[in-house]
Formats: sequence, structure tokens, C-alpha cells
Amino acid sequence: MPDKHLSSQFDADLNNLSSRVMEMGGLVESQIRQAVYALSHFNAEAAQTVLQVENRVNAFEVEIDRDVSSIIGRRQPTARDLRLLMAMSKTTANLERVGDEAAKIARMVNSIIDAGSPHSLPSSDLRVSADLASGLLRKALDAFARLDVPTAVSILREDDQIDQEFDGFVRKLITYMMEDPRTISASLDLLFVAKAIERIGDHAKNIAEFIIYVVKGEDVRHTPLADVESSLS
Amino acid sequence: MDTAVATQAKIKVKDLNFYYGKFHALKNINLEIPEKQVTAFIGPSGCGKSTLLRTFNRMFELYPEQRAEGSIELDGENLLTSKQDVALIRAKVGMVFQKPTPFPMSIYDNIAFGVKLFENLNASDMDERVEWALRKAALWTEVKDKLNQSGSGLSGGQQQRLCIARGIAIKPEVLLLDEPCSALDPISTAKVEELIIELKQDYTVVIVTHNMQQAARCSDNTAYMYLGDLVEFGQTEQIFFKPKRQETEDYITGRFG
Repeated sequence: MPDKHLSSQFDADLNNLSSRVMEMGGLVESQIRQAVYALSHFNAEAAQTVLQVENRVNAFEVEIDRDVSSIIGRRQPTARDLRLLMAMSKTTANLERVGDEAAKIARMVNSIIDAGSPHSLPSSDLRVSADLASGLLRKALDAFARLDVPTAVSILREDDQIDQEFDGFVRKLITYMMEDPRTISASLDLLFVAKAIERIGDHAKNIAEFIIYVVKGEDVRHTPLADVESSLS
Repeated sequence: MDTAVATQAKIKVKDLNFYYGKFHALKNINLEIPEKQVTAFIGPSGCGKSTLLRTFNRMFELYPEQRAEGSIELDGENLLTSKQDVALIRAKVGMVFQKPTPFPMSIYDNIAFGVKLFENLNASDMDERVEWALRKAALWTEVKDKLNQSGSGLSGGQQQRLCIARGIAIKPEVLLLDEPCSALDPISTAKVEELIIELKQDYTVVIVTHNMQQAARCSDNTAYMYLGDLVEFGQTEQIFFKPKRQETEDYITGRFG
């Protein structure tokens, strides 16, 4: 099976675009890591770093979309090439949203620090789901680079776990708030953080869905996991 | 092999083999051309797409040493063994070629010539028919004031539309287009493509094209051929977005080497 286009420039353009998506992914991953560090150590400096990176993430999104449109306009790609370009554009949009969630976490951390006495709340519980979510995103980006469908399917499965962690954490926060109404304000901040982490998992899941779309040509968005698994087997 | 769409088939090709002397140009082709839709044949040079098109009105019989085996049914009648006059078959299955081929006569007579062979129309009916065909071919407004001028004085795009008008003037059932736009500029191409989509309301259209985007733009079904084989046949959308065969994918994405 020939793997290359007749036009080597087309190959070069696609490869260049892929590596930029990966670069953007790497940047967003580092943002999440910083945000999680800021959260678990209530470190304002780390939170500030997260916010500073945001502009670069946004610039990546604009640049990648411009290049995707340019390739579509010049090459009129079809079949898998077309699906890959669509998926790159959508993955980029999801990565930008992940960057927004990381920034949201950083802002909440700042707000909790400003309010004082941050350590009375179960913020360390969030580390588990934060690690899960950032691990899932890394896995999604790796799978995207290799267009690896089995890994993509396993990501869909693991996102459910993050959703369960989120539900558990919400119940716990409610207990805190009922016991001591003075924790309500900080608890709400933490709730937003938990929600942001849960959203990161969702974005990783979206990226996994695009991988299946590129390779199999099946659009599995909004499809129950069991149906996805049976349609791919 | 997949049949494209679940509408009625106008042409049914069964086990068709075609030979140029000893050269086996079409290998066991089976496909059904749906009625009142546009079907495109794509593939690299020499894949047999024009050869296949030319079997549909027995155009190959003009040349010695060419023979077809199998059957091509037009509304159930096998064209290859038909006792019908070949001119009548070609009146039902019209053809437009790659290069515009206006007859060396007036625009009016270019259209009327073919009609006279098959019908006996009085002058006003003939005028009506000529206008009708030119309107259908989206050429009327451009030529209505110079119908008596020579057809070869028109631009390439206009000449090609004149040939299409000539083809439809005798009211065929099927229109075969062999690379109809390869000699045309983008604007004339767009007009012809517009026309092709228009024509399918009344006719079954089969088009051979080297321009894959053209097949993608104006056909309902696409057949990909390679070295005399029909590799894949399906709805155009499916062929260009999610082909089933790797060979098709490689060709349409430009990986063909």
C-alpha cells in the first residue's frame, strides 16, 4: 500500500500540520500540570504561569485552522485526508478549550488563596481526577499521533471513570458545606475546579472520537460506548 | 460489487468483456446505471472508462478488430445483439465528445441536422425544437441573434454546449459525455456542469472524466476503474468520503503511484 502522496509537498504540509497539533497538545498538557501543581500546593506563581501560556495556545489554534483551510483550498483533499484535516481542526478547538479549563483552575486557585485558609477543604482529592484527566489527554494525543483506534476506544471507556470521580467529589463537598457554612464560598470555587477537570476528560474523549473518525470513517460522537465497540469489531 | 442506488436501472452491464484485437480492455464488468441520475467513470488513463462508455452506443463498431462479449441491456434489451438499426440506438443513447465537434454549418442547422434524420417536423416545429434544445443547453441567450452564423465561430465552451444541445435535440434517453470539459476554461466548465445536473431531470447521464473534483461535484454515482477492472462503484459521496477499497482511496487521495 503506497503511503505517500504523489505530491511530496502535500505530505510535507500534512506532516508539518500534525506536528504543530502535537506541539499545541504538549503546551496544553504543561498548562494542566502547572494548574494541578498550583491547586495542590496553593501556589500563586504556578497559577500565574498557566495564565501566561494561554495566549500562545490561542495563537496555535488560529494558525492551525488557517493552515487547514489553506490545504483544503489548495488540494481539495478527499477520503482519509479530508477526515484527517477535519479532525485536526476539531482537535485543535478541543485543545484550546482544555487550555481554557486549565486557566479556569488557575483563576480559582488564586481566588481560594485570596480568600485565605485554603487547607480546610478536600482539595487534595482533586489530584486523583486531575491526574486521570491529564493522563487521558496525553494518551489521546499519543493515539492521535499514531492514529491508534484500540487506544482511542479505551479512552472512551476511561472517561466514564473521571465522570464518576466528579460525582463522588460533589457529594463530598455537599457534606462539607452542610457541616460548616463558612466553607461554602471556597467549596463553590473547588466545585468549579472539579468541573473543569471533568471537562478536560470530555475533551480527551472528543479527540479519541476523532481518531476513530479518521481511521474508520465512522462518526461515533453521541454514540453509546457499547455501540461504538460493536460497530468497530 | 456494490450497486449504487436503489432506483431503477436504465442500463445493465452484465459480464462485459471487451477486446481491442488481442488486448483485453474490459474485464468482466458488471454494473447498473441508475435512471435519471448522473453516473461518473473515473480512473487513470487506459483504465477502460472511455471504452466502457463507447460500448453503450456501440460506437466501437466503427473500428475493426474490436469486439464486446457479455450483455449491455438498455431497458432490458441487449444492445450488443440487438437487431435494431445502430442509428436508432444512437438516437436513444447520445454522445458528446472530448473536443467540441460542431458540424461545418450554421448554429441552427447543427441542431436541426440530427432531428431531420429521425423526425419530420414542419418549419415552426423545427424552430421550436432548436430553441428548446439551445435553452436546455443554456446557450439560447448567447446565440439567439446569430442562429445563421457558423457553429465553428463560437467559443470552445459555447461549441461544447452546442454539441450537447445537438445531442439532446433528438430527445435521447441516455446522454454519454466523454471528457466534455477537458478543453474548456473554468467558467465554461461550470456552465456545462450546471447543465449536467439540470439534464438529469429528463435523461440518464453517464460522464467520463479525468477531473475527480468534477465527478465529485456533479455525479450521483461514481465508478472507479483500473486496468480494465471495475474496482468500486457506489454513491459519489461514499466514494469520495469513505471508499471501501484501498485502491480507490489511493487514487482519489493522490497516492496512486
